[in-house]
Amino acid sequence: MPKMKIDGIEIEVPAGITVLQACEMAGVEIPRFCYHERLSIAGNCRMCLVEQEKAPKPIASCAMPVADGMVIKTDTPVVRKARKGVMEFLLINHPLDCPICDQGGECDLQDQAMAFGFDRSRYHENKRAVPDKEFGPLVKTSMTRCIHCTRCIRFATEVAGVEELGATGRGEAMEVTTYVQHALTTELSGNLVDLCPVGALTSKPYAYEARSWELRKTESIDVLDALGSNIRVDARGGVVMRVLPRLNDDVNEEWIGDKTRHAVDGLRYQRLDQPYVRKGGKLVPASWDEAFAAIVGKVKGLDGKKIAAIVGDQCDAESMVALKDLMAALGSPNVDCRQDGAKLEAGVRGSYIFNPGIHGIDQADAVLLVGTNPRWESPVLNARLRKRYLSGRCAFASIGPTVDLTYPVERLGAGPATLRELSEGKLAFFEKLKAAKNPLIIVGMGALTRDDGAAVLALVRDLAEKVNAVREDWNGFAVLHTAAARVGGLDLGLVPGEGGRDVAGILAGAQGKEIEVVYLLGADEIDVQQLGKAFVIYQGHHGDRGAHRADVILPGAAYTEKPGTYVNMEGRVQLGRRAVYPPGEAREDWTILRALSERLGQPLPYDSLDQVRSRLVAVNKTFAALDQQAAGGWGPFGKAGATNDAAFASPVTNYYMTCPISRASRTMAECMASRQQLLAAE
Amino acid sequence: MLADKDRIFTNLYGFHDWRLAGARARGIWDNTKAILDRGADAIIDEMKKSGLRGRGGAGFPTGLKWSFMPKEVKDRPHYLVVNADESEPGTCKDRDILRHDPHTLIEGCLIAAFSMKAHAAYIYVRGEFYNEAQHLKAAVKEAYEAGLIGKNACGSGWDFDLYVHRGAGAYICGEETALLESLEGKKGMPRLKPPFPAGAGLYGCPTTVNNVESIAVAPTILRRGASWFSSFGRPNNAGTKLFCISGHVNKPCNVEEAMSIPLRELIEKHAGGVRGGWDNLLAVIPGGASVPVLPKEICDTVLMDFDALREQRSGLGTAAVIVMDKSTDIVKAIARLSYFYKHESCGQCTPCREGTGWMWRVMERMVTGDARIEEIDALEDVTKQVEGHTICALGDAAAWPIQGLIRHFRPEMERRIRTRTQKLAAE
Repeated sequence: MPKMKIDGIEIEVPAGITVLQACEMAGVEIPRFCYHERLSIAGNCRMCLVEQEKAPKPIASCAMPVADGMVIKTDTPVVRKARKGVMEFLLINHPLDCPICDQGGECDLQDQAMAFGFDRSRYHENKRAVPDKEFGPLVKTSMTRCIHCTRCIRFATEVAGVEELGATGRGEAMEVTTYVQHALTTELSGNLVDLCPVGALTSKPYAYEARSWELRKTESIDVLDALGSNIRVDARGGVVMRVLPRLNDDVNEEWIGDKTRHAVDGLRYQRLDQPYVRKGGKLVPASWDEAFAAIVGKVKGLDGKKIAAIVGDQCDAESMVALKDLMAALGSPNVDCRQDGAKLEAGVRGSYIFNPGIHGIDQADAVLLVGTNPRWESPVLNARLRKRYLSGRCAFASIGPTVDLTYPVERLGAGPATLRELSEGKLAFFEKLKAAKNPLIIVGMGALTRDDGAAVLALVRDLAEKVNAVREDWNGFAVLHTAAARVGGLDLGLVPGEGGRDVAGILAGAQGKEIEVVYLLGADEIDVQQLGKAFVIYQGHHGDRGAHRADVILPGAAYTEKPGTYVNMEGRVQLGRRAVYPPGEAREDWTILRALSERLGQPLPYDSLDQVRSRLVAVNKTFAALDQQAAGGWGPFGKAGATNDAAFASPVTNYYMTCPISRASRTMAECMASRQQLLAAE
Repeated sequence: MLADKDRIFTNLYGFHDWRLAGARARGIWDNTKAILDRGADAIIDEMKKSGLRGRGGAGFPTGLKWSFMPKEVKDRPHYLVVNADESEPGTCKDRDILRHDPHTLIEGCLIAAFSMKAHAAYIYVRGEFYNEAQHLKAAVKEAYEAGLIGKNACGSGWDFDLYVHRGAGAYICGEETALLESLEGKKGMPRLKPPFPAGAGLYGCPTTVNNVESIAVAPTILRRGASWFSSFGRPNNAGTKLFCISGHVNKPCNVEEAMSIPLRELIEKHAGGVRGGWDNLLAVIPGGASVPVLPKEICDTVLMDFDALREQRSGLGTAAVIVMDKSTDIVKAIARLSYFYKHESCGQCTPCREGTGWMWRVMERMVTGDARIEEIDALEDVTKQVEGHTICALGDAAAWPIQGLIRHFRPEMERRIRTRTQKLAAE
């Protein structure tokens, strides 16, 4: 551990870090533009210059490794002069358009100009103007503002894995561009906007919408995929203006996918803001009272076996437990949270979570993907896999769809037959998995939502044990979910009870009249045509597939509009918070169920959020530990049996539209059109 | 004046055959095996003793540089890279070595690579040097065919491969790390140091980058001994050196001379004197475009070596002597150099990218006097803001000519500004 002296503070720092990091450890802040913890070091902005004793000139602290006995000074006339000089250089060609710049108020250049800038300019020449570039529907460019820090280039190349950005020209004619002007083909492009320290790259959908100081910031959790990205919801008045990532090294580091960030305009369209009741074949607006009365009229006195409930992919744990309790009170065993028919069971927790945790990917040294396209199912997780690839010495193979994952993957085959061969040790990759210290087997919904899903699950389990992927100190069996509510649902046991029906059974029952009432809690990803003549209650926030088929609509709250508990794919319990209130008559979901239970004469035993949360813990004590990823446990699961020959296909065929919110989003529609245009051009 | 017998580059002017037969007749490739047989340490030691300082501009002791390479080859191979991207305005010495005496360079490559335990060397030739590269390639082919390089080079048991690579004509690729980037097929942008090339250079392997002249003089130094070489020039400035004399002289030329020769003697003996006589001299840029200009009163007495020119706050650089007589518009001349640096800046780091353009624009106004007197100070301040704050030395190189101009010709700059201001006032 090298010892060094920073501004007179003696400090011992880990070897291999940079002077800039050491300064931060000593509590000395160093201004910077190009340096970013998660990107390679460029050292080109020269803002972080510090003085090193015995060095002839100031050194770039971001690029200089620490050494024993170093003496660093960060507040000398030389350093101040250097920083002022660099600031002046950055500003001479930077337009003074802060009042109309979307970065205004959260701009690194603006902030640091306050500290190091002059109050007037000595530059009397013409300023540089640079033509704007086309980066697609999400990233707006104002390239005249660019300070050439190359963060965007490094992000695209390193993290996103698309070598589409670069700099052309040299000297003051250098321009950041896509060479051939086209939309970036990455699902992580929104992060470029966060990374840009100035207003050169700003959010296109958010352009001129709001100023950062007008926004109310709420820390929350994303539900548009199952990663549980930590987000900050920025709202003005009752409208969610934008979503930004929050730092969580164990989950999303500081990235979020484009859907997470930009589908939020979908929260403004197609909203259910009051109850509806179907009268004479048409849905007509109704009061809560009328809606509840319609339900009571149908349900009261009905045999519980004729009632069923399907839980959607974005539900909070509170509403799920309320639904579970309500169905139990009504005597119905027909509850299922697996809309897509995934053959996962609620018993062994290790059988349905991403056991090693997202951060566990960093430790894996052989990765097998089974029936999944992580790039579309969870782009941030895919970036983590790419990060693992970049750090070297890790083999990747896949059984399933052929897709460009931004890192090389050996494709072993398409379907269960290959998986069987692999688990019998007939393929070379078996040895690689076996030789690996921490083998990681990621199984996606593409492998489990099939009729033979249980058999596939058993095969994967078998393989994991054979290659010693499940040990005391490592569990490399990982399920990649696509539904944010799924793990929570399984944790709460929202699966058919004794003699109950699963989703397929419910749909069959609805057509055959064994099921008369179906309660859809935000469930839109089922084939609603198959609900037959059943009386359908839809509780949710968007007028999507489920609501169109419903007989009674109960308007609920979207994830930004309610405090909710979510469990991500790795089994991490996280709290979402309310950023805005639900529109109109819409209410928090668990309160709707609570009120309905009262009308049905089966009042649920909780009246406050705290009480519901206590109930969550009572059902599964996992819910007591927030923000932790616990070991899932291991045991028998899956059902050994015959498999069919069909190839695994990813459940996500269109990254930009996977849920009611993203389907309602105009931005997502634009993204889709842009991507299709690119594909057509190829 | 340097005696003919002490010249290293005996075919500098191309009067003789540049091919292998001619080179052999001049003593090149004469028992190279014996030199290699002395062993790597002895060679590096001799080079250190000779006092040879790098001929590319910075003047870092060559033997010392060679000794920085790891002593043993571990998991990564060693490389020698020869910088033949000679682009410094006014400099044309490497060019004549490449086209008229390529075998001295090739022999030097073998010896240098051997002493640094490199089995491969790359010569990065400036893109514009098409004919020179053709000569070099032909010479390399000859050397391979004669068994001088390749497997068991010169029968020494050392395998050595030599590759000639042509650049695409960017000045910045003469900076050693930008050269390595370019050689690797990337955009020629200087790397951050540390790590230095001796630790992680070409393809991340230990690498030494040397100037053509530094490498080409090595065989002769080793043949004739370090003491012979160090007998020329003042202490710490040893040896003979190629000087490129251009500009307002009667006979512009390349010439090999002993170090520490007085500038006046150099110009008058070899270049036929300043056009119109010594008294017609205005100023001299003594070491290529990037070093500060010297006015006549310094040129009268200054010696041409690293230390003497440093004392005058200029530098020997590449020893490209650019002579300017009194007909020269000195401000315009320096403004033109500023344009060159603005044009050649790679754009990677802030001070150079933004500063070179700023300095050039102000310089252009200084030419016509379209400025205020205070702007001269502002300009000098800007050069100081660039100098020492950049990744590579191009920022310094852009700043120094202007600093030299302001230091020695400020009255001329002020005169122009005043003249213009008065003229405008009169109108």
